[in-house]
This record gives sequence, structure tokens and C-alpha cells, in this order.
Amino acid sequence: MLALIRKDMQIEFRTKETLASLLLLGLLTLVVLSFAFDPASELRTEAAPGALWVAVIFAGVLGLNRSFLAERENECLQGLLLCPVDRGTIYLAKTVGNFVFMMVAQVFIVPIFVFFFNLPMTVGMGGVFLSLALGVLGFAAVGTLFAAVAVRTRAREVMLPLLLLPLVVPIFIAGVKVTGRMLAGKPLADVAPWLNLMLGFDVIFLVVGWLVFEYAVEE
Amino acid sequence: MPNNRRLIDVVLAPLAGLGMLVAIYMVFMYVPSDKVQGVVQRIFYFHVPLAIMTFLAFGVVAVASGMFLWRGTRFWDRLAHSAAEVGMLFCTLVLITGPIWAKPIWGTWWTWDARLTTTLILWLIYAAYLMMRTVSGPGDQGARYAAILGIVGAVDIPIINRSVYWWRTIHPAVLITREGGSGLADPRMQATLGICFLAFFLLFAWLVWVRNENARLHDAVEELRQHVLMGHGDLQA
Repeated sequence: MLALIRKDMQIEFRTKETLASLLLLGLLTLVVLSFAFDPASELRTEAAPGALWVAVIFAGVLGLNRSFLAERENECLQGLLLCPVDRGTIYLAKTVGNFVFMMVAQVFIVPIFVFFFNLPMTVGMGGVFLSLALGVLGFAAVGTLFAAVAVRTRAREVMLPLLLLPLVVPIFIAGVKVTGRMLAGKPLADVAPWLNLMLGFDVIFLVVGWLVFEYAVEE
Repeated sequence: MPNNRRLIDVVLAPLAGLGMLVAIYMVFMYVPSDKVQGVVQRIFYFHVPLAIMTFLAFGVVAVASGMFLWRGTRFWDRLAHSAAEVGMLFCTLVLITGPIWAKPIWGTWWTWDARLTTTLILWLIYAAYLMMRTVSGPGDQGARYAAILGIVGAVDIPIINRSVYWWRTIHPAVLITREGGSGLADPRMQATLGICFLAFFLLFAWLVWVRNENARLHDAVEELRQHVLMGHGDLQA
């Protein structure tokens, strides 16, 4: 499994394609959403957590689409499936890879977000990153499964967001809530139910994905 | 087996038709209007059974999906597909009848109440489910992918419900009116609701049955076609 993760990391490290596109799309989303809210308006601070999460989700969908596209070229997925490892292991390796890419992107996107939305730089950042980590993990868990599915359908670029967005609604709501509270300087205990919800989502869908992934890649 | 099939056609279709006629009669002629809400409340007798049947349909989808992945027989796939289509129809009707009632009672077509939001997301998930079936590759691939979504969707629904519930209850809702809050005090109301449940269940069962038969024949034709093509390989080019 570690070898599988390392493979993805190495490819990414050499080309930096996914990370660059993730970052740029996240940045663009933040910029476009900045136009949606009047810079002078009070609403802006209210809308900030939502904007961050829309950027996370959009960039995430793009990154997930890429993660199996690369495997498709040159029949690499075939090679992967021939490896003497459980299909569930391939799924977990892919999920971890996607999770790491998205989190690395967040490390850059969050400061840009703070910068554009004129937020205090220190307040609640630990909580924001905790919610991002939990949210992105759940997103990667469901997303990796459906990326493997969507990549082999005819309308693959459209199919992934269609499948994924309704399924990750809990992550999105919880993420926006936690981020909002954290930026308002509330203590972490204030958002414990939301964090538990995200943690539960992560665990459930990692298990479901691990169990059904073999049906997603079967020929 | 063919005799059983004919029997279901002969019995279930008239039963469902009769049930619907009785239900319509009761809703419009028999049951008294609600004291507070007036005549609008009558849509409730269609709305609630439709909503329950929607959940039943998607429950069937989830179970049939699981069985399909486990057993791999076409029967379970056809059942999942049929139930999903009928469920989609019912869910759409729920989302139409709901606002018709909500506009005069709540004063707005839509509110982001937990039940409404969950139903809407349910609709979106199964729209993607049906879409997935049309864009998937040949053979069992589409069926497998749809089954994965059928299972994941069913697992997700309670979590979605929980999250939208918290989402709206942390912010106090503008409209706190509970659906059917007046209670069905009159026994005639209860009777009407019961008949409507029965009628919609029969309608649901019959529609799934017809759709399932359609899918079975489609599969049979496909099989025959393959058979013929195999037999005359030279025609295939």
C-alpha cells in the first residue's frame, strides 16, 4: 500500500500537474466568489466560510477526476489491478493520495482566502484546518470511489460532480458551520457535534468504499 | 411462471386502478375539510403516501443493489432499476405537491426545512443514479456502478438528514409550523389517509411490476439478438 501511495506521490512530484491545477482552480473560485459579494458589505464575512468550501469542493472534484484519468492512460489501471494486493488496498492508497494532494492545496488556498476576505490571520486556524482535514478525508473517501466509476462512463467530466455533490452535502454543511464558528473565535467544543458528524461520515464511507471498490474496477 | 405473470397483470392493475378511484373519491367528496387549513389540506392525502412510497422505493433500490452485487443476477438489477424509476416519479410528485400546499399555508413555496432539503437531495442522488445508467458502458458495468450508488446513497441519506436537521435548528427557522400539525382528529380523515396509503402502495407495486416486466423483456430480446448474431457471425460486420 505504501508503494502505491509512493507511486502517486512520485508522479505528482515530477509533473506537479494535479497540484497546480488544484491550486489555480481553488484560487479562481475564491476570486470569482469575491465578485459575488460586495467587498464593502457586512455579508462578506458571513459568506466567507461558504466561499472557502465551494473552492475546496470545486478544486477537489477536478483533482479526483484527474486521479483516475492518469491510470486510464496506457492501461495503467490494468497493471494496478494485476498487483497481488487486495482491491480495497488500492482504494485506500488512492484515497490517501487524493487526500494528501487536496490538503497540500489547502495549505496554500487558506492563506489566500484569509487575504482576500480580510480575515484575522490567527483566530481559529487550528479548528479551520481540523475541519478541512476531516472534510477533505470524507470527500476523498466518497470521491475516490466515484472517480473510479465516473472515469469509465461516457460523460465522465460531468458524471463525477453529479454523483459526488449531493452525496457530500453533510461534509459541506458541517465544514461551513465549523469554519464559520472558528473564524468567529468560538471554542472547539462549540462545534463538537459537527466534527463528530464529519468523523462518522469519514469512517462510514472509508469502510463502504473499501468494501465496494472491487465492483467499481472490475472489467 | 407465465400464468403467475398474467395473474398479477389481471389482479394488480384493476386493484390499483380501483384503489386510486376510491382514494380520489374520498379525498374530494368524502373527507371533511380541515378547520384551520381549509380545502388545501386535502393534498396532504396524496402528498404523505407519495412521500412514504418514495422512501420505500429507494429502500428497495438499496436492498436490490446489495443483492445484485452479492449474487450478480439480472433479476435484482432490474428490480433496482424499476424501483428507482418509479421512486423518482413519486419523489418528483412529492416535490410538486409539497409547495402547492406550502404556498397558502406557510406563505412560501419552499423553506430549507430538514425534510424538504433531504427530499430534494434524495431526488438529486437518484437523478444521478438514473443518469449513470444511461452513460455507462455495455453489459453489467452500468448495473454495477448504479448498484454502488444505490448502496452509498442509502447509507448517506440518514447522515444528510442529520446534517440538514442540525443546520436549520441551530439557526431558528422562520417557519415553525409542523406538517399536518392540526392532527387528523376526524375518523373520516384517518380512513381517507389509510385508503390513500393502500391505493398508492398498489399503484407503486403495479408500476414497479410493469416496469420490471418491460426490463425483463428487454433483456430477453437482447439475449435473443446476441444469440442470433452469434449464430450468423458473417452478418455481424
